[in-house]
Amino acid sequence: MMATNASSVPVVPGSEHDATAPLSIHDMTVAYHRKPVLWDVDLDVPEGQLACIIGPNGAGKSTLLKACLDLVPRISGEVQFWGESISRQRGRVAYVPQRESVDWDFPVNALDVVAMGTYRRLGWCRPVGRRQRSAAMEALERVDLADLAGRQISQLSGGQQQRVFLARALVQDADLYLMDEPFASVDASTEQAILSALRELRSQGRTVICVHHDLQTVQESFDWVVMLNMRVVAAGSIEDTFTIENLRRTYGGRLTLLDQAAMALGRAHRGEEEG
Amino acid sequence: MDTFWRVLLLQDYNTRLVVIGTVLLGIAAGSVGSLLLLRKRALVGDVISHATLPGVGVAFLLMVMMGGTGRWSIGLLLGAAIAGVLAAALVLLIKRTTMLRDDAAMAIVMSAAFGLGIALLGVIQDLPNGNQAGLESIIYGKTASMVQADAIGIGIAAIIVILISAALYKEFRLLCFDDHFAGSQGWPVTTLDLALLLLGTAVTVIGLQAVGLILVLAFLIIPAAAARYWTDRLVIMMVISSLLGAASAWFGVTISALVPRMPAGAVIVLSASAIFMLSLVLGSRRGLLVRLIRARGIRHRTNRQHILRAIWECEETSGKVCRGDLLKRRRWTQREVDRLLRKARSRGEIESAHGEEVVLTETGQEAAQVVVRNHRLWELFLIRHADIAPTHVDRDADEIEHVLGVELVQELEAALGPEGSLPSSPHVLGEASP
Repeated sequence: MMATNASSVPVVPGSEHDATAPLSIHDMTVAYHRKPVLWDVDLDVPEGQLACIIGPNGAGKSTLLKACLDLVPRISGEVQFWGESISRQRGRVAYVPQRESVDWDFPVNALDVVAMGTYRRLGWCRPVGRRQRSAAMEALERVDLADLAGRQISQLSGGQQQRVFLARALVQDADLYLMDEPFASVDASTEQAILSALRELRSQGRTVICVHHDLQTVQESFDWVVMLNMRVVAAGSIEDTFTIENLRRTYGGRLTLLDQAAMALGRAHRGEEEG
Repeated sequence: MDTFWRVLLLQDYNTRLVVIGTVLLGIAAGSVGSLLLLRKRALVGDVISHATLPGVGVAFLLMVMMGGTGRWSIGLLLGAAIAGVLAAALVLLIKRTTMLRDDAAMAIVMSAAFGLGIALLGVIQDLPNGNQAGLESIIYGKTASMVQADAIGIGIAAIIVILISAALYKEFRLLCFDDHFAGSQGWPVTTLDLALLLLGTAVTVIGLQAVGLILVLAFLIIPAAAARYWTDRLVIMMVISSLLGAASAWFGVTISALVPRMPAGAVIVLSASAIFMLSLVLGSRRGLLVRLIRARGIRHRTNRQHILRAIWECEETSGKVCRGDLLKRRRWTQREVDRLLRKARSRGEIESAHGEEVVLTETGQEAAQVVVRNHRLWELFLIRHADIAPTHVDRDADEIEHVLGVELVQELEAALGPEGSLPSSPHVLGEASP
C-alpha cells in the first residue's frame, strides 16, 4: 500500500496504483441528475484488511460501493479488482446491500435467500438443487441461524435479517466483501456475531470493506479506514488516519458533541496506554 | 340447467376450445402477475394494456393503407404488442430523464395512449367498412366472437409464456427480491426486467380478446394478490395464483356463454375479485381470520401468564394471596381480576372454595413456576446482555416473554443458571408502576 502520511493529504490523482490490491479506484466521479455525489475518488484498499468507510450522511458511502460494482453509472474514472475490471472478477466479490433496500415481506424463507448466493455459479435456468441447499445451510450455521432456515424472512428480527444477508455473502466464498452498513440497527449480540465472522474472513486472508456509521466502534472493530465526504478526505490505517483533525475535515461542523467527546476519550485512553 | 352443465363440463366443442385457451391464459397471467406484483410493477401492466388500443388502431390503418381489410388478427396483435412495449419504455424514459415519480409518469403515458387510441377509433369508424372492424371489442373483450384459430393461438402463446417463466424462475425470483444483489453478481438486471415486461405484454395482448384491455390488468394482478394470502413461498404463490386465474377464466367464459350479452372479461374479473375477498378473510397465512385468531391466542396466553405470575409473586412476598393484593399488582379492574381468576379456576389452576383468598392447585403451582422462571430468566438476560437498567426490565420482559420459545428458554437456562432452579427476581417485587 502506498504511504499515507500522517496528515493524510488526499491522494494525488494519477499517482501510482497497486495492481494487486483487491480494490483500486482511479479518479472516479459519480453523479445523480447532474449533481455530483462522488468527486475524483482515488483509493487503494490493501489485501487482508477489515476496512470501513465512514462519512456524514450524503457523503456517498453507499454510492461508492454501488459504483464500484457497476450498479450505478460512473461519469468518469476506473475501478479495478486485483488489477482487472469487475466483469472479470465478479465471482471473487460479494456484495451485501443495505438491509432496508429489499422488501422483507417477500415470499421466501431464510434458506432461499442464502441460496441466492449460489445462483451465479449455478448459471442460467438451472434450478437450486441439494448441493446448493446444503451449502446455504452451512452458511446459515456459520451465522447461528440454522434453526430458522425455514422461516419466512419477515418473521426474523432485524439482526437476524442482517445475518441472513451475511450468510448469503459467505456462501459465495468470495475474496472481497463489500458490505453496506452491516451493523445498522442490530442488537449487541448480533454485532459481535457479525464482527467475529468478518474477523474470521480476515484471518483467511480475505478483504472486507464495510460502510459504517458508528464512529464509536471504528477503532475497536476495524484496522483500516476510508474517510469520505464526496471525495476521499483520508484513507489508511486506523492509527495514522482516524484522527480528530481528519474527522473534523470529513464531518465539518456536523460531528456531534457526543462523537467529539467519545473521540477525545478514546485519544486520552490511547495516550495513557502509549505513555 | 341442462345447458349449464353442458357448457360447464365442456361438452360443447366451440366453448371447449375457448375455455381451454382462456384457462391457459389464466395460468400464464397468474404466474407472470405474481412476478410483476413482487417486482412492484403492477401498474406498468395498466400502461401496457391501455397502450394496446392505439397500437391496434395504427396496425389497422397501416394494413388498410397497404390494401388489406385490416382485420388480420395477428397483425393487430403485433401492433398492440409493439405499442405496449413502447409505452412501457416511455415510462422508464420519463422517469429517468425528468424528476417525475413513477405514478405520474405512468398516469401521463397511460391516459395519453388511451386518448390517442379512442381518437384513432373515431377515425377508423368513419372509414368504409370501418365499423365492421370490431375494434371496440378489444376494449371490453368478446369471447363470443372468438373463433377456433384465436383460441388455439391464445393457448399456444400462453404455454410459451408459462414455459419461459418456469425456466427463468430462479432469475426472476432474484430480480424481484434484490436487484442490486443480482447486479453485483453479474446478472443482467435491465435485460431481465425487459424480459419480465415482455412476458407481461404477451399476457396482456393475448388477453385482449378474452378480457379486454381495461380488465386485463385485473386478470394479471388480482389472482396473484389473492395467492399471497395463502402462502409464504414464491413457487407456491405462483401455482396458487395460476390456479385462481384458471378457475376465474373457466367460470367467466362459461357464464358468458350462458348469459346473453354478459361479457366474459367482466365475469372473470368479478370471480377473481370474489376469490380475492375470500382470501383476504380466510387466507391461511395472512388472512384476517388467522390474524385475529392468532392475536386472540396471544392475548389469552398473556393474560394467563400475568395472573399466574401475580399470584406466585404475591405468595412469595407475603405468603398469602387475596383478591385485593392482585388488584394492586397491575392496572387491573376488579372485574378483570374476577374474570381471570374464574378462567384459571376452570383450568384447574386455583382451588375454588377459599373465599377471598387465592390458592394455587398443584397444577397451578407447576404452571406458575414455569411462567415465573421464564420471566426472570428473560429479565436476567436483558440485564446481562443488553445493558438495560434492572428497574426498567419488568415492563419489557412482560411484552417479550410471551413469545419466548422452548429453545430460547433452554439457551437462557444454560447461560444463566442450573437447570430447574428459580432465580430470584432481580428487582424489588411490588405494585404496578404508574
